[in-house]
Amino acid sequence: MDDPVLRLDRICKAYNVGLPSETKVLHDVDLTLKRGEFLALMGPSGSGKSTLLNIIGLLDRPTSGHLFIKGQDTALLNDAALTRLRGHTIGFVFQDHHLISAFTAVENVLMPLLVDAEFAGPDIVQKANALMARVGLAKVADNRAMNMSGGQQQRVAIARALAMSPDLLLADEPTGNLDTQSAGGVFDLMREVNRESGTTILMVTHNLDLAKRCDRIVDVVDGRITA
Amino acid sequence: MSRWLPFEWIAAIRFLREGRMQTLFIITGIAIGVGVIVFMSALLTGLQANFIKRVLTSQPQIQLIPLDQIARPLRNAPGVFENASVQRPSQRVISVDQWQKVRDRMQSMPEITAISPTMAGSALAIRGAASRAITISGIEPTSYFTIVRIPDYVVAGVPRLNSQDIIIGTELAKDLGATVNDKLNVQAATGTPVVLTVTAVLDLGNKAVNERNTYVALRTAQSLLGIIGGVTTVDLTVKDIYAAETLAKRIEGSNAVEADSWIATNAQFFTAVQAQKTSNTMIRLFVALSVAFGIAAVLVVSVIQRSKDIGILRAMGASRGQVLRVFLIQGGVLGFVGAIAGSVLGAGGLMYWHSAMRQADGSELFPLMLERDLFIATALLATATGLVAAMVPAIRAAKLDPVVAIRG
Repeated sequence: MDDPVLRLDRICKAYNVGLPSETKVLHDVDLTLKRGEFLALMGPSGSGKSTLLNIIGLLDRPTSGHLFIKGQDTALLNDAALTRLRGHTIGFVFQDHHLISAFTAVENVLMPLLVDAEFAGPDIVQKANALMARVGLAKVADNRAMNMSGGQQQRVAIARALAMSPDLLLADEPTGNLDTQSAGGVFDLMREVNRESGTTILMVTHNLDLAKRCDRIVDVVDGRITA
Repeated sequence: MSRWLPFEWIAAIRFLREGRMQTLFIITGIAIGVGVIVFMSALLTGLQANFIKRVLTSQPQIQLIPLDQIARPLRNAPGVFENASVQRPSQRVISVDQWQKVRDRMQSMPEITAISPTMAGSALAIRGAASRAITISGIEPTSYFTIVRIPDYVVAGVPRLNSQDIIIGTELAKDLGATVNDKLNVQAATGTPVVLTVTAVLDLGNKAVNERNTYVALRTAQSLLGIIGGVTTVDLTVKDIYAAETLAKRIEGSNAVEADSWIATNAQFFTAVQAQKTSNTMIRLFVALSVAFGIAAVLVVSVIQRSKDIGILRAMGASRGQVLRVFLIQGGVLGFVGAIAGSVLGAGGLMYWHSAMRQADGSELFPLMLERDLFIATALLATATGLVAAMVPAIRAAKLDPVVAIRG
């Protein structure tokens, strides 16, 4: 597979198109992520980082331009196909972990495997438990997500994002709400996953120290990539 | 987490369990509604069955009687009418025309379960110095007892009817000072007077009826009333009592008789039964509606509360269809669990009511009729109501844009 995991070709995003209040958030963004790359996306608030991440994560569609995931042009896909591609290829880690409070930690990890019949199998529970062990939380796997510390919750979120062995992990300020120590731990975990499994990671962060430890830093300013 | 359940079921049940208070309240609400339906339905079925049993075991469901005797003006020539005033003739006691043929034709109709020819007329019962006007019913015991359960009403003696026997009511027995094995002199305006032996005394539950109604063998009545070989009515019972009226009309159409169904002769009672049915249906409808709106309200709130979770599920690869089903299942489960709780509640209430409410004589006010079909129908109805009620919230959840949902 020579196709890059992710390629953005002149992506534009505008809101309220055609109205006087039309706002352009992204301007002709070009970006390529090679397999196994760990990229830090930086930029001030309101620069369009999150919008870019939503488009890359197939949660939002660009106004113009093309987004290729493993060489496939996503502009041609319908909603169901996008959901399937997202479910199979992209793992999400959000700033505010976004675990489902009705489930236990290990059930949250199991969730991406359960929603897709293609993942179904007798071994998915084992796989979820193995992931919990990998993020160092085997002992609290059956705790309610709400009863865990911020760092633990974020680790569960990472385990969940890794459940269906994604090619691309998107992390939106995963350490933003954590103290320095927990943040370091969460980052180390992601770095480890990146090295061991070759998972391509795109992390939005405000933390320059952590960004420096990534393979590459990309700055977004006013909807444009500057470096 | 149970692996054998599909994702939608796990999520639906977890969501219900997490919103414990909401779930508990709405299930209580549904249970009360379902309980009312079960209670009312079973109570009305019981009361109705009791009424119908009382009415229909003491009278035939269709009676065939001779056509009215009418006088027609004579005409001199075609097209010329006399301005005659025609008086209605007095109605002699006459036999049903060719009643054996009518009976054979009735026997060939599959809707009819029992046929009994009866010779009825008025007579005088005399014992010593006492005499009373009575109604004589000449019957064939074997067939007539399947229509009117005379043996059920016997308070003394045995319901035997040979040619010299008579069965009388309690009031007549009292008036004449007669009891079982006593002899009565019975005399009609026409025919031959006879001496009959009382074999049984009946209590038909009505004073006037107990004073007048007497039963003798068919042949005895025929000779007593002077109509040898004739019968005044042919009594029928039918499979579907509510179809009696239409069946009566059909019989009238193809036989030279007048057919009176129990529906026509008990019009008032029948109206009451219909009113009960209608009110029961209305109660069901409105309870189902309020249950539906309750479920819908709870789920609409739940969709709003869980919009973030829904967004995450969508981001994790759950399809719109799966999100839709998560909420539909919640509606269905609420309805079903509520129906079970409600059935227990309704049945329990009914049993309590049944044991607490007694008639003056200590017998039950209504028979306890807890039919399996009622519970199955109620559970199905409640589950379907839950599914339908969940439709709008579920569609709303499925339509949520994951980006907006996650951002809150």
